[in-house]
Amino acid sequence: MQGYLSLWDEYGGQMVSAFWGNLQLTFWAAIGSLVLGTILALMRISPVPSFRAFGTSYVNIFRNTPLTIIMAFGVLVLFGVFQVQFSSDFNLNFFQIAILGLTIYHSAFVCEAIRSGVNTVPLGQAEAARAIGLSFMPAARLVILPQAFRGAIAPLGNVLIALIKNTTVAVAGSVAEISGLMKTMLEFRADVGILIFLTIAVFFVIVVIPVGLLTTYLSKKLAVAR
Amino acid sequence: MSTDSHSNSAKSDLTPIVRLSAVNKHYGQLHVLQNINLEVSKGEVVVVLGPSGSGKSTLCRTINRLETIDTGTIEIDGKVLPEEGKMLAKLRADVGMVFQSFNLFAHKSILENVTLGPIKAKGMKKAEADKLAMSLLERVGVANQKDKLPAQLSGGQQQRVAIARALAMRPKVMLFDEPTSALDPEMINEVLDTMIGLAKEGMTMIVVTHEMGFARKAADRVIFMDGGQIVEESTPEQFFTNPQSARAKDFLGKLITH
Ligand SMILES: Nc1ncnc2c1ncn2[C@@H]1O[C@H](COP(=O)(O)OP(=O)(O)O)[C@@H](O)[C@H]1O
Ligand SMILES: [Mg+2]
Repeated sequence: MQGYLSLWDEYGGQMVSAFWGNLQLTFWAAIGSLVLGTILALMRISPVPSFRAFGTSYVNIFRNTPLTIIMAFGVLVLFGVFQVQFSSDFNLNFFQIAILGLTIYHSAFVCEAIRSGVNTVPLGQAEAARAIGLSFMPAARLVILPQAFRGAIAPLGNVLIALIKNTTVAVAGSVAEISGLMKTMLEFRADVGILIFLTIAVFFVIVVIPVGLLTTYLSKKLAVAR
Repeated sequence: MSTDSHSNSAKSDLTPIVRLSAVNKHYGQLHVLQNINLEVSKGEVVVVLGPSGSGKSTLCRTINRLETIDTGTIEIDGKVLPEEGKMLAKLRADVGMVFQSFNLFAHKSILENVTLGPIKAKGMKKAEADKLAMSLLERVGVANQKDKLPAQLSGGQQQRVAIARALAMRPKVMLFDEPTSALDPEMINEVLDTMIGLAKEGMTMIVVTHEMGFARKAADRVIFMDGGQIVEESTPEQFFTNPQSARAKDFLGKLITH
């Protein structure tokens, strides 16, 4: 117990700020992948064959590539080889590469979640939209997507939960986040090793459980009555 | 049979509102529309009859290009339906469509269902669209439901809203694909009465239906389809009392015995 308390004395502040890093990664990557995933889903349901082919290829490539590899690619190739710099600040640059990697990966899953939502919208809705003179984009924006999102809340919640946990992979980009700190703590405080694991697990559980509960609640509350 | 029968219909010198010329369509091997020629003049009410699977819905759906055709042309008020794009969307707005399953926008209020087309497809101001929608909802008798969602209305009410939604685009022709087939019997008449009202006001209508009473009362012309062809075309009296083809006789015989 004494040992555990002293771990908090020593690392408490760092743990909180490192976990704050994970939450920030989650926030920006969630926005990014929601936007990119929606665009991809639109491509996959569009009447233009080349858009559909692009969307399908994107999903198949990035859904089937391990996130670690995407992250390593971002850091080693984008930064290391091509010297891509989003920011002159060294740490901020890695942080942004990590957001990019997380976004690229998770948007494939967001796309598929939205597509499952589109499948909950009866075909007649799109036909009625076309019949009153709406072309593809207005029909998608005004009729299909609003219903599709409401049908996709639960799967989108699952993607968000996966994203929260997957932010730990940003350690590959040496971003200050909690799984990086965990390594350091394990090295210096092996005496409370198990408690370190548990503590960090609790950090995630505290965030993930409400997300799950909220999305379940919202998916019921916002379900489209037919 | 289908070509010379135009003499039966009310002809005018004006351009027909709908003209199909030599339209053919296949679903794979199935020749679902076979050399269809059809002209509908302004103010005419054409009822399409025929057994299930004869191609009635497909015919309706090609007229506003929810289905593509293989060969032939379809003209709306003299303009050939374009393949895709903005022009198609614009021409579609001239063709109102009422579906068997209503297809009201499930996430929008009754009022929004009716104003969406005028505002988004025609660029009408919201206040003006609201006024137009309320007058149409009034006319079909569901104005007091304007803030509800479609799922909160009965089938008959939903279908009347769907008619109002189509009318809000000020279409040149209205297509009805079995508008009462999904309704409970006690709601069929409220929808048919709305349609009869429209017919009396001079709306050009193409109606696929199994309601022979409606055909008798409101149709200027009856078209009988079977196996993807227009087999017979005549006035309602003539069709019901003295059908020419064996297939039409067979069809009517089955209706009476059931
Ligand atoms: N999307 C489709 N794909 C393949 N076959 C179809 C499709 N839609 C309709 N059909 C077939 O075309 C024929 C005509 O259908 P339809 O126009 O719906 O007939 P009706 O409305 O007169 O009952 C039927 O045999 C039907 O099975
Ligand atoms: Mg049909």
